[in-house]
Amino acid sequence: MDIFLQQMVNGLTLGAVYAVVALGYTMVYGIIQLINFAHGEVVMIGAMVAFTVINLLAAGGLPPLAVVLVGTACAIPVCMLVSYTVERLAYRPLRRAPRLAPLITAIGASIILQHLAMLVWSRNVLAFPQIIPLKTFSFLGATVTGVQLAILGICAAIMCGLAGLVYRTRLGRSMRATAQNPQVAGLMGVDINRVIAATFVIGAGLAAVAGVMVGTYYGVAQYTMGSILGLKAFAAAVLGGIGNVPGAMVGGLLLGVVEALGAGYIGDITDLCRYGPLARAVGERCADGGHFVLFGSNYQDVFAFVVLILVLVFRPSGLLGERVGDRA
Amino acid sequence: MSLLEVKGLEVHYGGIRAVKGIDLRVEGGELVCLIGANGAGKSSTLKAICGLVSRSGSVSYAGMDTAGTPVHELPRKGLVMVPEGRGIFPQLTVAENLAMGAYARNDASINEDIGRQYDMFPRLKERRAQTAGTLSGGEQQMLAMGRALMARPKLLLLDEPSMGLAPMLVAKIFEIVRDIARQGVTILLVEQNAKLALEIASRGYVMESGAVTLADEARKLLAEPKVREAYLGEEAGA
Ligand SMILES: Nc1ncnc2c1ncn2[C@@H]1O[C@H](COP(=O)(O)OP(=O)(O)OP(=O)(O)O)[C@@H](O)[C@H]1O
Ligand SMILES: [Mg+2]
Repeated sequence: MDIFLQQMVNGLTLGAVYAVVALGYTMVYGIIQLINFAHGEVVMIGAMVAFTVINLLAAGGLPPLAVVLVGTACAIPVCMLVSYTVERLAYRPLRRAPRLAPLITAIGASIILQHLAMLVWSRNVLAFPQIIPLKTFSFLGATVTGVQLAILGICAAIMCGLAGLVYRTRLGRSMRATAQNPQVAGLMGVDINRVIAATFVIGAGLAAVAGVMVGTYYGVAQYTMGSILGLKAFAAAVLGGIGNVPGAMVGGLLLGVVEALGAGYIGDITDLCRYGPLARAVGERCADGGHFVLFGSNYQDVFAFVVLILVLVFRPSGLLGERVGDRA
Repeated sequence: MSLLEVKGLEVHYGGIRAVKGIDLRVEGGELVCLIGANGAGKSSTLKAICGLVSRSGSVSYAGMDTAGTPVHELPRKGLVMVPEGRGIFPQLTVAENLAMGAYARNDASINEDIGRQYDMFPRLKERRAQTAGTLSGGEQQMLAMGRALMARPKLLLLDEPSMGLAPMLVAKIFEIVRDIARQGVTILLVEQNAKLALEIASRGYVMESGAVTLADEARKLLAEPKVREAYLGEEAGA
């Protein structure tokens, strides 16, 4: 039971980050039906910029919180600029092209960004300096770290803020209108290109914060970290129903939990020694409480993709998506 | 000076010439209708006026050539179009749809104007918190009109507002169009329902396969045998 609660806490923490990244995929998809494969790289750039700044400041004796905040504050505008530039140079010229063209361009943009990052930061892993004292809290037998609490709190605030922006402001209204009927939105006076650019920029801001959070959580950042994270967040967006803002939030949290519980239990479940006849077949390795585990917790990354495949096969519109036809 | 002056307008879709060099003008305060059969090029004409499809020829609005004016600048200048099929935002509420109509405005009386639309279309008021996609066809058409009026248009381009509506609603929609015109909004009305359109319009144009074949005062067009035969469903010589 303890491991269940512990994995729930871990899963929700990561899931909250997936959700914030998934929002960037889903908002862009909602408005121009493009899967922005470069989005994961924007997360990576956010982490790299923040880590660079944090490492520079770490020795300066500033309070750790201030160091992380300054790092994030530098990462956000850089990510916004990168994402705006990609939209302007790589996607906007293809607005009227067949859908496959911008999709392939997105994959190209992601490769370019990843390799630019490699040129800037090298292949080396950037480590998060030991500035945040490890604080832990006990919660019904599970351990929660201060960093986890901070991540959960920040993600909750981001999701509330974004929901407020999308559903309560003039910009949000024009974003939704553009997503539903860009031509008519234009006739009403909406500068569609500006709204699309704003969508990319907002998503990039979220990606920057997400990058700092994952980096801080794992303690490392590297130029390759964006691909798998991006794919997982994409899976989360699809799980919730791509194009759907609440869906991305639900999908992210759910994926994080599935992944953590999966990683927590897969070793036990695939331990052949638990199954009588199989244990006998395996023979002496099971003797004296030994184990013969087929899949260990290092298979954690598989769950996101299993979920992605299951959703695509059984419910392509996702959990909260409605329009099956044009999305599948 | 005409409020809208179209000269030699052409629209091509790939190899198809959908509009073949037409001339058209609408004076301030007029209600002008453009009638014609399916595929005559009426919608293409309206889209070309707004710059939604690429065009050649000249379109001047309020004395200014609109070539190069982006679509989203038009409502700021008072030119608003209600597209064929209404073009409501289905997942926005009725109130949000109306607010979108005022997107180009930033004065203080937007809420007052929303109230005015609710007075004109009480059904919309009852359904203001409902998403627009759940409205009936007639209600959606009223929403599309109300939303267009939220922009405080000088010139309103209406593309087949009566399309797909039951006869009673058609009559109601035409009444509304006439009321809007009486409030001083200039209207260019595209319709297949030639009789009703010509009855409320002051002038009319008849389009056939991309060209304007007749242009006259509405009551003269109503009396014109060719029009009666082709668009009012009467036998030749009846
Ligand atoms: N996007 C498009 N691509 C290719 N051809 C088009 C396009 N839009 C319209 N057309 C063609 O141009 C011609 C004129 O179409 P348009 O929609 O302007 O007619 P319309 O007079 O509005 O007809 P209706 O009364 O049926 O609405 C038609 O032959 C149509 O098939
Ligand atoms: Mg038409």
